[in-house]
Amino acid sequence: MNNATASTSVTALVLVAVVVAAASALVARAVLRRRDLGTTADRTTFATLHTAALATPHLREGLTRTGASRAIRHLRTLLGTPAVALTDTTSLLAWDGIGAASHDGTAMPHASTVISTGRTAVLSSSTVTCSKPDCPIRSAVVAPVVSEERVIGTLIVYAPEATAGLVRATHEVAQWVSAQVDLAELDHSRTRAIEAELRALRAQISPHFVYNSLAAIASFVRTDPERARELLLEFADFTRYAFRRGGEFTTLADELRNVERYLVLEQARFGDRLQVQLQVAPEVLSVAVPFLAVQPLVENAVQHGLETKTGIGRVTLGAADAGAEALIWVEDDGPGADPELMREVLAGESGGDSVGMSNVDARLRQVFGDDYGLVVETAPGAGTKVSFRVPKFASGVRAG
Amino acid sequence: MTSSPTWPAISAVIVVGIATLVVGTFGLRLSRTTSDFYVASRAVSPWWNASAISGEYLSAASFLGVAGLVLAFGGDVLWYPLGYTAGYLVLLALVAAPLRRSGAYTLSDFAEIRLGSRTVRQASSLLVVGIGWLYLLAQFHAAGLALRTVTGAPRWLGGTLVAAIVMINVVAGGMRSITFVQAFQFWLKLTAISIPVIVLLLVWRADGRVDPAAPDVPRVTASTSVTVSEALRVQVTHPVTVQVNGTVDGVPVAGPMRWDRGTVELAPGTTVTLPAGGAVPHAEGVEASEGSQWVTPSSGAGGRDYPLYRVYSLLLALLFGTMGLPHVLVRFYTNPTGRAARRTTLAVIPLLGLFYLFPPFYGALGRVYSPDLLLTGRTDAVVLLLPGRMLDHPWAELLTALVTAGAFAAFLSTSSGLTVSVAGVLSQDLVRGRMRSSVQGFRIGGLIAVAVPALMSVMTLRIGIADTVGLAFAVAASTFCPLLVLGIWWRGLTRVGAMAGLIVGGTLATTSVLITMAGGTSSALVSALLAQPAAWTVPVTFAVMVVGSIMTRESIPPNAARILVQLHAPEGLGLRASGTGGEATPTR
Repeated sequence: MNNATASTSVTALVLVAVVVAAASALVARAVLRRRDLGTTADRTTFATLHTAALATPHLREGLTRTGASRAIRHLRTLLGTPAVALTDTTSLLAWDGIGAASHDGTAMPHASTVISTGRTAVLSSSTVTCSKPDCPIRSAVVAPVVSEERVIGTLIVYAPEATAGLVRATHEVAQWVSAQVDLAELDHSRTRAIEAELRALRAQISPHFVYNSLAAIASFVRTDPERARELLLEFADFTRYAFRRGGEFTTLADELRNVERYLVLEQARFGDRLQVQLQVAPEVLSVAVPFLAVQPLVENAVQHGLETKTGIGRVTLGAADAGAEALIWVEDDGPGADPELMREVLAGESGGDSVGMSNVDARLRQVFGDDYGLVVETAPGAGTKVSFRVPKFASGVRAG
Repeated sequence: MTSSPTWPAISAVIVVGIATLVVGTFGLRLSRTTSDFYVASRAVSPWWNASAISGEYLSAASFLGVAGLVLAFGGDVLWYPLGYTAGYLVLLALVAAPLRRSGAYTLSDFAEIRLGSRTVRQASSLLVVGIGWLYLLAQFHAAGLALRTVTGAPRWLGGTLVAAIVMINVVAGGMRSITFVQAFQFWLKLTAISIPVIVLLLVWRADGRVDPAAPDVPRVTASTSVTVSEALRVQVTHPVTVQVNGTVDGVPVAGPMRWDRGTVELAPGTTVTLPAGGAVPHAEGVEASEGSQWVTPSSGAGGRDYPLYRVYSLLLALLFGTMGLPHVLVRFYTNPTGRAARRTTLAVIPLLGLFYLFPPFYGALGRVYSPDLLLTGRTDAVVLLLPGRMLDHPWAELLTALVTAGAFAAFLSTSSGLTVSVAGVLSQDLVRGRMRSSVQGFRIGGLIAVAVPALMSVMTLRIGIADTVGLAFAVAASTFCPLLVLGIWWRGLTRVGAMAGLIVGGTLATTSVLITMAGGTSSALVSALLAQPAAWTVPVTFAVMVVGSIMTRESIPPNAARILVQLHAPEGLGLRASGTGGEATPTR
């Protein structure tokens, strides 16, 4: 073997070693995770909890047909009976186990009493009948699924014999299902609350801004009617954008266009006192951002940079590409603020005129996770810089 | 012949390196005032975007590798530049617009959107990292070769230099993919490859137009000395008497030596002086070919077995592999709409076509002016060496500096783009959760992304730059192409089918790559199959994905139809709410 082939063999060995090491690390991790611990009883507990965990995600959207048909398999594993059915108050949602064809028509009659009474019922073989002599479906336990103190469905368990143990188990599983459905309801409430908050923010174009803009426009009506008309059109466009219906997200380009309208109106008011600089990387214009995420920050900067002092105020608005994220910032050279005060504002403890900021912060965190809130850099006399990051892709987030 | 034009070339490398660092660290701080707001918030035009994509795409393989392959293997390898360009045609027709409309930034994002599966996402991320490393390896490898060629520096230095610059940039937070910088890189590369070759062609004309395809094996025109820096096997097909100073076949030699047919082993440090008109012995792996064979496609010039199979397999890899290159796809995100993505892709094709006109000329001229490269097998250096061989002071130095600058621009721009893509994927999917912040995760990702291929490039790999890149294309073609094409055009794709396809395609292609890199096998047929695996791995992956999906039909994602509408419906149709459009705008 000469040197050339020796070196290639060494390379080959190193490559193979790297691959093998990576593969074995993965396998070891998987094995460690799967390694069984504990006594038989422990393992049974683990198995039960695992089965329950498998059913959980399907019940987290409430008692729906698709969710029920996916979760019911795991519920039957938990109960270990020949057949299990889930109904809502009007129809059968899912059936798992034997006898789906011959028995599924009788499930709703079986459920009807429980739906009206809300109490677990045991049905004997006089009610649960079957033409086939060897059919194990001879009796049934029907337990209500309750959410917010209302019966919203039933869990029906079919077995050859309704033992006390089975009744207890059915009751417990039905209660567990109820708890999951309640959680789903909670999720919905939270989503609704956030949507309401967003709607609230939309309505919150600050009244000062509306008043000031109209006053500024009025001042131009006689001296420069053409400018007044243009400003009114900008104002119309701005409100149309702010009041629009539709998606929760928009592209950064659209958001910036709206900021432009806002700034044109503010410049009508402040004239040359307001100086705006832009540093926008075109690469990030198509990033999806929460609707009205930038404008409140700019409004805040204009307020702090200009309204509270005399002379020229400079506002810088920037967006930069940062790998898989985009960085967006708004900076003013105003009097700055006490960092502690800003912390309170962001936490929503001190309302004041920065409601917009804490709202933007809350929405960013809600959409992208806690890593992505607003970052405020400020000190008295040092101006203020508010920045945030947005991932270029996050599941479920789309502009439009 | 002039002395080796070192200093201008070194300063070119330094200038390109420092410029990259400066631009990366400070960025292009274009400040604008409100009156420019419209300009500032307008998206990058397709032409700029196309230039940037071309700038990022034209790597060492394009700048150096194509010419090297032409010198060694002749007409056959003209398919390389053609395939590199035509890949964008497939991308244009099948993928560009739907991928942009999906909103995905990386290939992993697309897998997640389409299939809603973390597992497929992570498998895609793993493949992105693998492809990125393979591609980076080629860049570092080429950088080492280039720096050694122009300055005589040790081979590891160039790769380490490029790796260090890229690493500093990524860790310092600069050189993220600034469109205008990358676009500028394209025009720099085009200038650096075209102007020298035009001058060289004029010189060649003045020299009496020696036919590169003359009916003979390559012969040196003047007495030429070659120093071997690594152990080397040389095949002699035409007897030649050489002056040797060093070790041949394990025996120290100093003086004339006649080489008949057969194989000769040269130890490192051996100097071989070929007589004027002597036939050039060829390094192992390349066979001497006569002019007519060299110029004819599919003739097996250079000793490549199964030339027809190799050509078709290569074409398949290049055509279908382009859509799976991580650093190219992230650029499409800059397009505002699917339509703009299509226009950008369309513009890329003529830009690349223009660039690829030039490298083959270097290969052809190299057969006349620097056939001794065939002895060492370092044909990839032909672009860098020719100006020094064909011109006199000071033009030799200036043009060498120009091509060197172009080559380093190629290494740096492609490596930066790749590193950013790989680091993004590493930090998002593979090291996340352990880092305090995503910024820190990105930096760690960047370190890993550069360090692994840099280490691999230090270990000696006797494989051409264009071949390594070809393998990266083959892996991309046999994994991401089926995922993208089926994901975009077939609603029946399931996560199980996709996963099975990724595993099978990824394993087959990666195994082929590893075996080829490790030196191949003894059987010529198997070696050819492994060196150009796309012809069998791509159909196999498609088949696995389709069959796997049909077998798991019940697990088609419930929102597949909705996602396909989103991918294929133009943005303005209102099938999803779009921007602020839809209402009448008052005239101004």
